[in-house]
Amino acid sequence: MILSSLLALEFPPVSHVTEWPNFIGDGLFGVNKVVLLMWISVALVFGFFFIAGRQRKLVPTGVQNVAESVNDFVRESVVLQTMGPEGLKYMPLLVMMFTFIFVGNVWEIIPVAQMPVNGRIALPAYMGVLVWVLFNVIGIRSQGFFGYFKSVLFPPGVPKLLYILVTPIEFVSTLVVRPFSLAVRLFANMLAGHLLLVSFIVITAAVFSLGPQLVIWPVAFGLLVGLYGFELLVAVLQAFIFTILTAVYIAGAMHPEH
Amino acid sequence: MSVALELFAQQGADPTAGLTAIGRGIVYGAAAIGPGIGIGIVVGNAITAMARQPEAAGMVRTTMFLGIAFTEALALFGFVLSFIVSG
Repeated sequence: MILSSLLALEFPPVSHVTEWPNFIGDGLFGVNKVVLLMWISVALVFGFFFIAGRQRKLVPTGVQNVAESVNDFVRESVVLQTMGPEGLKYMPLLVMMFTFIFVGNVWEIIPVAQMPVNGRIALPAYMGVLVWVLFNVIGIRSQGFFGYFKSVLFPPGVPKLLYILVTPIEFVSTLVVRPFSLAVRLFANMLAGHLLLVSFIVITAAVFSLGPQLVIWPVAFGLLVGLYGFELLVAVLQAFIFTILTAVYIAGAMHPEH
Repeated sequence: MSVALELFAQQGADPTAGLTAIGRGIVYGAAAIGPGIGIGIVVGNAITAMARQPEAAGMVRTTMFLGIAFTEALALFGFVLSFIVSG
């Protein structure tokens, strides 16, 4: 029972679409499939970079090649586009963030796993709070406590009277909504993709069980296969967007707006 | 409306059953209108920019994804709210 539900071999009840039963322990600290997949993704990401960085060669081969291309992608299209060369010291954080979110997302389309780790709010919420603490600490360290909050709450170049309107908006949008929207964007995209795949799998199975000679089931099945490709795109895109937004927030905290 | 309520009352059915589902549908549907238009504007203008200056395509693409992400957040708030809405 537990093994087949863990491996998604049998058709689970509809309540298990997002809420997996615990198989070790129970309550708040029980371990279910999502937690297990999260541990596996941590081990995968750590192992991947550990093996890739063990023997650094000038001309990379094998695993090192893949790691270098991930590194290059984050460097060229995230860090240099948003923060410039001085942001290169945040490369380790951003590369790990991109890789971890991607691995967590891509469980969605891997058979046997079929559950995005980020389709539960806990991990995105944790990462959103982490980014919030990070860009605030960086802002306070580089501009001073009062300087940072002055540049956030009182952006220069605004008529004095408008600060009555601008300051509350800036406070809410910078210090309240940012971690929330980061977390919800990742979570809701992955959950929506998961529900989409579940719906199409159920439709395909139901139509097939009505009668394999029905013309319509290859259509549903073909759409399902297409959606798997689409969800791979979404997994990469959401990891990219989370990383680039982190970079934009850090860049905004490092330098006051002019 | 009152006729329908009387009919429900005669048959002993709960007239509010299923209203939650309708509410959820309206919440997400209404929340998706604005972002749908907004993403269209963002991507359309990004394509115009890329077509005019192909050498700036990389920078435009990055900014386009940023714009999509900010716009899309509103629709996703609606998606999450539609789960929170309950009868």
